[in-house]
Amino acid sequence: MNKIAGTMLTETSSSLVQWLWRSAMALVAIILISMYYDVFDYYEVGIVVLTAVGMALLGQNWPGIRWYIAVVGLLSLFAVDRYANDLSLANTDFFLSYMLASQSAVMWMSVLFVMAMVVYFAGLMFRSEFIQKVATALTWSGSAMGLVGLMVRWKESYLIGSDVGHIPVSNLYEVFILFAIITSILYLFYERRYQTRALGGFVLLVISSAVAFQLWYTFERHAHEIQPLVPALQSYWMKIHVPANFVGYGAFAMAAMIGVAYLLKSWRQSVKPEGILATTLPEMAVMDDLMYKSIALGFAFFTLATILGALWAAEAWGGYWSWDPKETWALIVWLNYAAWLHMRMTKGWHGRPMAWWAVIGLFVTIFAFLGVNMFLSGLHSYGTL
Amino acid sequence: MSASNPLSASRKTFSQRLFLFLGSMDLAITLLLALAIASIIGTVLQQNQPYSDYLIKFGPFWFELFESAGLYDVYSAIWFLSILVLLVTSTSVCVTRNGPAMFRDMWNLRTHVQRKSLGAMRHNTMWSVESTAQATVTTLESTFSKLGFRVRQTPKTDEVLISAMRGGMNRLGYLLTHLAIVVICLGGLMDSNLPLKLAEWRGQIKVETQDLPLSKIPAASILAVGSQAFRGSVNIPEGQSSDVAFVAMRDGYLVQNLPFQVEVKDFRIEHYATGQPKSFESDLVVYDDDLAEPLTTTISVNHPLIYKGYAIYQASFSDGGSALSLEAWPLDSQAGKEPLSFDTKVFERRKMHWGDNTSQLEITAFRPFNINPDPTEDDPANVRNFGPSIGFKLRANTGEALEYQNYMLPVTRDGRDFYLSGVRTNPNDEFGYLYLPIDEQGELTGFSHFLQRLHDKKISEVIAREMTLATLNEVANTDQKLAQSLQDTLIKLVDMFVKGGFANVTTFIETTLPEAERDSLGPAYLSMLREILARVYVDGLNLAEQQSPTESQLMFLQDAVDAVGSLTRYGSPIYFMLTDYEHVQASGLQIAHSPGKPVVYFGCAMLIFGVFLLFYLPQRRFWALVKENGQQTDILLAGMSNRNPREFDGFFEEISEKLKHTKGNSSVR
Ligand code: HEM
Repeated sequence: MNKIAGTMLTETSSSLVQWLWRSAMALVAIILISMYYDVFDYYEVGIVVLTAVGMALLGQNWPGIRWYIAVVGLLSLFAVDRYANDLSLANTDFFLSYMLASQSAVMWMSVLFVMAMVVYFAGLMFRSEFIQKVATALTWSGSAMGLVGLMVRWKESYLIGSDVGHIPVSNLYEVFILFAIITSILYLFYERRYQTRALGGFVLLVISSAVAFQLWYTFERHAHEIQPLVPALQSYWMKIHVPANFVGYGAFAMAAMIGVAYLLKSWRQSVKPEGILATTLPEMAVMDDLMYKSIALGFAFFTLATILGALWAAEAWGGYWSWDPKETWALIVWLNYAAWLHMRMTKGWHGRPMAWWAVIGLFVTIFAFLGVNMFLSGLHSYGTL
Repeated sequence: MSASNPLSASRKTFSQRLFLFLGSMDLAITLLLALAIASIIGTVLQQNQPYSDYLIKFGPFWFELFESAGLYDVYSAIWFLSILVLLVTSTSVCVTRNGPAMFRDMWNLRTHVQRKSLGAMRHNTMWSVESTAQATVTTLESTFSKLGFRVRQTPKTDEVLISAMRGGMNRLGYLLTHLAIVVICLGGLMDSNLPLKLAEWRGQIKVETQDLPLSKIPAASILAVGSQAFRGSVNIPEGQSSDVAFVAMRDGYLVQNLPFQVEVKDFRIEHYATGQPKSFESDLVVYDDDLAEPLTTTISVNHPLIYKGYAIYQASFSDGGSALSLEAWPLDSQAGKEPLSFDTKVFERRKMHWGDNTSQLEITAFRPFNINPDPTEDDPANVRNFGPSIGFKLRANTGEALEYQNYMLPVTRDGRDFYLSGVRTNPNDEFGYLYLPIDEQGELTGFSHFLQRLHDKKISEVIAREMTLATLNEVANTDQKLAQSLQDTLIKLVDMFVKGGFANVTTFIETTLPEAERDSLGPAYLSMLREILARVYVDGLNLAEQQSPTESQLMFLQDAVDAVGSLTRYGSPIYFMLTDYEHVQASGLQIAHSPGKPVVYFGCAMLIFGVFLLFYLPQRRFWALVKENGQQTDILLAGMSNRNPREFDGFFEEISEKLKHTKGNSSVR
């Protein structure tokens, strides 16, 4: 790994490792499918396969994610095994109550993410490579605990009742965790790709805010209680529509925070060129590029998600497009970023204006994500605040 | 992309200018944002509500204004659609303009580049090898192809140019993405209600605004079976069927005929252990001459039936005209004496006559159970099942109606049982409740008798006389005139009470009695009234000599008097008691026909492919100029990518290294 911040890392793993990894993923998929062959329907098989392929691709050149997936997998299995068939163990069993029961795991996630943010900023302050590495470690672990939390919650929902069980992406509480996880993973990817940890604090800032909101939501509204699915949400589309959406949200959020860093730097440079921010943050060009990359990623997945949503709507509401507020706001977000991309691609705009636009974009996105559920009534039946 | 603009600024015809304008990026971006902003309106202002609601919300002025701006159905308002049309036009123009170039770019290997321009590129490198030019060319070519490049060699005067390209499909990405927008919008247009709007505008169809029975709906509001798109809904009671769907339009609806008949056998709601609804499902039978035998199936939320391209969805549920048995208890002397029982259905209307009045009974609702907060508990979360209830309206000839809600089971209040009936004049008001006391036999008979005795002039005369005598005896007075007037007053009081409750009596006191005597006589009158009411009741009990009414009987009397006192406010001459019912539900189906759907889905596929190609398949070009130079061969390698310049830095390194180190290319210096 060469250490010049901002230079692209195109390092690839050895082909042996790559093949080991791919076959490991294939193996897991095969085992899962053969174990649950009689309960899975086509879509579930499809989803397992897709997930395996996705992980194989993600992991083939990225050691970090390989460890991540392995650890999360093992911890989740361990927790599921501890549970056996008794939900009450969540409070009695040592490992569960202190670490792995979804509630505890999510608490760990929250703490770790907030710590990570602080440590990242500390790393900037003291210009310390080491401190920043610690922050990265914290982020990985926070993300891992979050995903374990979701996995275990999935199991717990089945322990409540076989007809209650469902994948935990069905209400605001759950998707907030999803958001934190996905955003952190996206960030970690680019952190490695661009050889810079300087932006961690900023991205973790948005994650921590999500976590803070989510904690409030948990205590204020007991949102963490697992509810059975209302009929409208009993659909395999949910399993792919929601995660796709959150890759989009996550990427947009990251772009916005990089935008913030960009604006801060360009401001400090004009005021105090030798100051910390001005010197420690990556080159403008790098941040500009990163911003574009994550908006592009977000746009691609948001397109996918919106289309999946349309397919779902066609099945649940009797039409692929009903101009329901949530739908419409998805369109608004999408159009906004389409405009952003064109501005940049074809009119060659760069720098401050695009950074500002990316930040505004986040507010539009947040409204589409939360505001609609809070202020507007519509067909979307989950996550009323 | 004005750079790629073939027309020099000077001589441009109008159409060329227009073409340029439509294809201009500025317009495109403006339209994207304009559409985004316009879309907001429909999310903050609830769409397609009853117009009366809007009128109430905004008042006549703004209502008119908003209506003319089409804000109640923004997304099919002319101005909104024209933004869409413009965007589609702009996109198509853009594609037609950039398309050909992009298309060529997908294949073209650029074999005409000069050494100069290669030298000028950001990425280039030179090295020399010992093998012959010919050998070098072949190895380079094979290496490029191994690395997945398309390669072509072009002999130049004294050198050979090798052009290589990877990811030409990036350009296809552009084409797909933008064509997709056009395709999707066209598909959407096919499914829009624009044709209906046109037909209406041409006067071929007419939106029906009042709800009529199907048979009465004019032909102008009925749409024939056809290929057109629609999204309608219909409520079908269990055991009944329909061959039409109702298409909501503005403040009215149209009737869409279906090429088949759908029957709802049964509608079910399943619940989780926690009580939340788990599934809504309907057993359907589809009748169609094209079918060998009827098609039976079950639909539920998220699992529609698709038949002949018509999709049938489980959308809602409601009462399907439950059968009700009612007993009509007279509360008004003109309404008869005995309760009469009759059968009716929810949503049924029937005229009622009593004396010379008539009014219309409209049964509006039936609920098999009412889980409401328990009034006797403080905690509103503490709910209780109050049993079945009916809702109905009594409409006077003048048209205004009182709304009622009667509960089937008695409710207990302070240890006594009552039949509960709510009444309100305005749907937004709370119900005010009438408590009818139940007698020791658990029936309404006791109250009914008491009421009839009060209505019966003769009885009140007799009682009044007894009472007068009693009172005068106490004071040993035998003045006939006084006796007469006292008796008349008593009868008058009873009469007034029956007609208007205590309120009526007090107003009489305040209006007729002289100021001076009011304070002394007023209370006296009221206690006399209570006294005689009690006598009427007790006398009705025909107890044995010396036997006095029991505690509970006195309680009953008090409740009965209160009830009678509030009858005028209750407003109905009859109390309807629900004695029996058979619950029938109706399944709310949504039936949609969208011929544009495949088109839209195809467009969506294009869009996804396009976007991912566009973002993640960079188009990368390499050129190698191979020139013999004495006994060695010089190689000039240059490369470029149409996106991700940063990644390309690394990529160029990697490729050039590979090329340098493949056998036969290995450099000498
Ligand atoms: C809803 C409408 C549109 C959508 C969703 C859309 C989408 C996109 C996307 C996602 C890109 C890739 C941007 C990037 O690579 O960063 C793009 C590029 C582009 N778009 Fe559009 N576009 C739309 C309308 C238009 C219109 C109306 C025009 C013509 C004025 C246009 C012209 C272009 C051009 C020239 C490019 C650059 C292609 C390249 O060089 O790679 N787009 N568009």
